Amino acid sequence: MSVAAVFFYLFAGVLVASAFMVISSRNPVHSVLFLILCFVNAAGLFILIGVEFLALILVVVYVGAVAVLFLFVVMMLDVDFVELRQGFLQYLPVGALVGVVFLVELILVVSTWATAPAVAQFPKAAAVGGAAISNTKALGLVLYTDYVYFFEASGMVLLVAMIGAIVLTLRHKVNVKRQNVSAQVARTPETAMEVVKVRPGQGI
Amino acid sequence: MRPKVRIMNLLLQDYLPVVIFIGVSVVIGLALLISPFIVAYSSPDPEKLSAYECGFNAFDDARMTFDVRFYLVSILFIIFDLEVAFLFPWAISFGGLGDLGFWSMMLFLGVLTVGFIYEWRKGALEWD
Repeated sequence: MSVAAVFFYLFAGVLVASAFMVISSRNPVHSVLFLILCFVNAAGLFILIGVEFLALILVVVYVGAVAVLFLFVVMMLDVDFVELRQGFLQYLPVGALVGVVFLVELILVVSTWATAPAVAQFPKAAAVGGAAISNTKALGLVLYTDYVYFFEASGMVLLVAMIGAIVLTLRHKVNVKRQNVSAQVARTPETAMEVVKVRPGQGI
Repeated sequence: MRPKVRIMNLLLQDYLPVVIFIGVSVVIGLALLISPFIVAYSSPDPEKLSAYECGFNAFDDARMTFDVRFYLVSILFIIFDLEVAFLFPWAISFGGLGDLGFWSMMLFLGVLTVGFIYEWRKGALEWD
């Protein structure tokens, strides 16, 4: 067995085990930490097939950002998870049905999978097919020209996510004094103070 | 050996330092995790192990709900993180892209700049 095969089984084994722990651990924070372990092992599998850029993007985006989001959501919801587990048996039939449907779909996908003959004609898209071209460069050569519509669509999706997050969560408190730099810098003694002559025996 | 396999092995050889690094960090981490069980003196006591809150019994669970604004900051970070991630392959393959590749990235950046201006004007980058 080659070294790559050893590492494949190592990464795949830890990946499946930690994926199982994600759904079975009692503490949701532990679930998120196992999910991070999952992502790291998936990145290892990506490196084994030669897609280094995607592997490191997986680590940066999913481990660095999405996992933090999951942690925030877990902390924010404050769901009583012990209470949530009470209805486990009640939801078991529906969950099992969805799982079986998904499993059948996966089996159908895997069993009828075939490579289109035309794929062999795409040297640019191959991960390490050409020795002279790195994976990141191969990705860049097709992403911004051949797949330009998908690329722009991803920009639109990011825009929708940004605006949606702001619309849903941004609530400004009223009566908060904000910093207004230009107004503060433009203050002069004339606008800032006023000399009042107070007569004896009278208030202002 | 087939040429593709040979290239793969060359690629994986570059990762040998990473593997050694991970191995060393696993060894150090496990040593620090296991050695207290072997070396340290331990005599547990219910009073010593119970939660302690300035003389009171613990009022509440230690997990408090987060403010939703942390979530907003985090999601805005992810979006610009992805924007930068898209810039890397573009920069590397810039020479072979041509006009279409250049302007597609400019359109992408423009779309996200619209969102950036929106969030700036809405004050989403300010705390409270």
